[in-house]
Amino acid sequence: MNTSMNGLTVPDVSVGQRSPEKVKKLKRPGRWASYIMMGLVAVLVIQSVATNPNFGWPIVGEYFASPRVLDGLVNTLQLTFIAMLLGVVLGVILAVMRLSTNPALYGAAGLYIWFFRGTPVFVQLLFWGFISALYPTLALGIPGAEPLFSTDTNSLITPVVAAILGLALNEAAYMAEIVRAGIVSVGKGQTEAAHALGMSNMRTLRRVILPQAMSVIVPPTANNVISMLKTTSLVSVLSFPELLYATQLIYAENFQTIPLLITASIWYLIGTTLRTIGQYYTERHYNKSTRAQGLSIMRRFIELQKRRGTNDAPAR
Amino acid sequence: MTQTPKVMVKATNVWKSFGHNEVLKGINLEVKAGEVTTLLGPSGSGKSTFLRLINHLDTASAGRITVDGDLVGYREHNGALHELRPQSIAKMRSEVGMVFQQFNLFPHMSVLQNIMEAPVGVKKESKARVRERAERLLERVGLADKRNAYPGSLSGGQQQRIAIARALAMEPKLMLFDEPTSALDPELVGEVLDVMHDLASTGMTMIVVTHEMGFAREVADSVVFMDGGVVVESGRPKDVLSNPQEERTQAFLSKVL
Repeated sequence: MNTSMNGLTVPDVSVGQRSPEKVKKLKRPGRWASYIMMGLVAVLVIQSVATNPNFGWPIVGEYFASPRVLDGLVNTLQLTFIAMLLGVVLGVILAVMRLSTNPALYGAAGLYIWFFRGTPVFVQLLFWGFISALYPTLALGIPGAEPLFSTDTNSLITPVVAAILGLALNEAAYMAEIVRAGIVSVGKGQTEAAHALGMSNMRTLRRVILPQAMSVIVPPTANNVISMLKTTSLVSVLSFPELLYATQLIYAENFQTIPLLITASIWYLIGTTLRTIGQYYTERHYNKSTRAQGLSIMRRFIELQKRRGTNDAPAR
Repeated sequence: MTQTPKVMVKATNVWKSFGHNEVLKGINLEVKAGEVTTLLGPSGSGKSTFLRLINHLDTASAGRITVDGDLVGYREHNGALHELRPQSIAKMRSEVGMVFQQFNLFPHMSVLQNIMEAPVGVKKESKARVRERAERLLERVGLADKRNAYPGSLSGGQQQRIAIARALAMEPKLMLFDEPTSALDPELVGEVLDVMHDLASTGMTMIVVTHEMGFAREVADSVVFMDGGVVVESGRPKDVLSNPQEERTQAFLSKVL
């Protein structure tokens, strides 16, 4: 114990060597038991999958990289990309509308979100597929006057258009809520600071709010991409040859249903796995400022130590 | 000097209520150009609310405020007030700097980007010119070496000095300070007050809501004591702080001094 000037005793905090004491790890018999159990289950599953001829692995291998399956895969990826892109753009617009002070705007956005989140996407896709039963012809023009442009609905809303509309409009409703949550998560002080600098609402949103909202928006959006990749399989009912429908067409000819479904499943798994890895990097990118804040505690500590030493006054 | 200094801010019978809660009950106030005015008073006295009305972050329920002769938030036409368009309000705000209790720096931008954002984006000045000014301002607040740092890596005192530099980069004619040192650790208050003191000596018109009595006494040209939504007493710091006439002022000062 050291005795300081004012008579108080303070603990001895002299820096010493790290002690070389041996520590015995806790024994975990339960853990070992579970290793054995899981190992056993894995062996059984693998054996069954490998030896059951009904899986038809040679057929999976035959069709895995066949042109028809690959075409379907490309269609699926394109559909995912376009539907997501439109969904995000429309979602941002809806979110901003939802947060507007204009009752017509936030009312309309609310109604949209209510409807498109409230009905199954499968039903929505069917509606778009059968839209010509609802409106046999589509026309553009002023009501009452001769239309400037008129066409048969089926020639305009092809299966691919129906698929994009169905997926994108549904996605927009979910994206709107994600973006709204992101915008709301940015503190009110940021808007006030931007306004106080003379920035317009639009500029504040674009330069100050949305970049910060990104760290809240990106993770669930990436999650939605994964979900979208799989949801595109619903489009098979519209006879659009995406991955699932492409394989369905094949097994309709050769009756190898299971091997072809396995083929499709493997491709979906590859797609979602790659996306998950990509998500890690996107999230890391958008968390830059958060990471800088994490650093600040250390920096602050160091600076405090420095200031104590030098009685730092602002240099002017 | 024979010419009387012009009035920068003039408030005439300003009222503000949030729902049924009346926060300001008829504020009359005049701030002359080039002067430093501190608003003192207990929490809830309406000081910050009044400050926020000056650049229209909140809207007054009644009364008028003018900045440099222009009505804040409205245009007078045929004896009636017309609300201004958002662009006009933004224009007016770009001429008034504001510093917040919580700094409110943009965390996703570097120090330099924080300072340059509004002059380049709002006033459409050339990047090179603004950058030069930003460097000068950073020098002035003693943080030239932090130009590429992000706000999250700075201490509260440093962040607030950057926030002051950010506001000054717009070359405002009036600076509003809303409790600029209240969120700081005690040992960091001094560096921010030093910057404000320095700014006052350049002749900037400043309105400062603060609890720093030392600053009010040494730097301010006038002190306004508010309580319960009204101005209780105002005048030169030595009169109001050393020889308060009103009972409420005396009671407040006896607690904080």
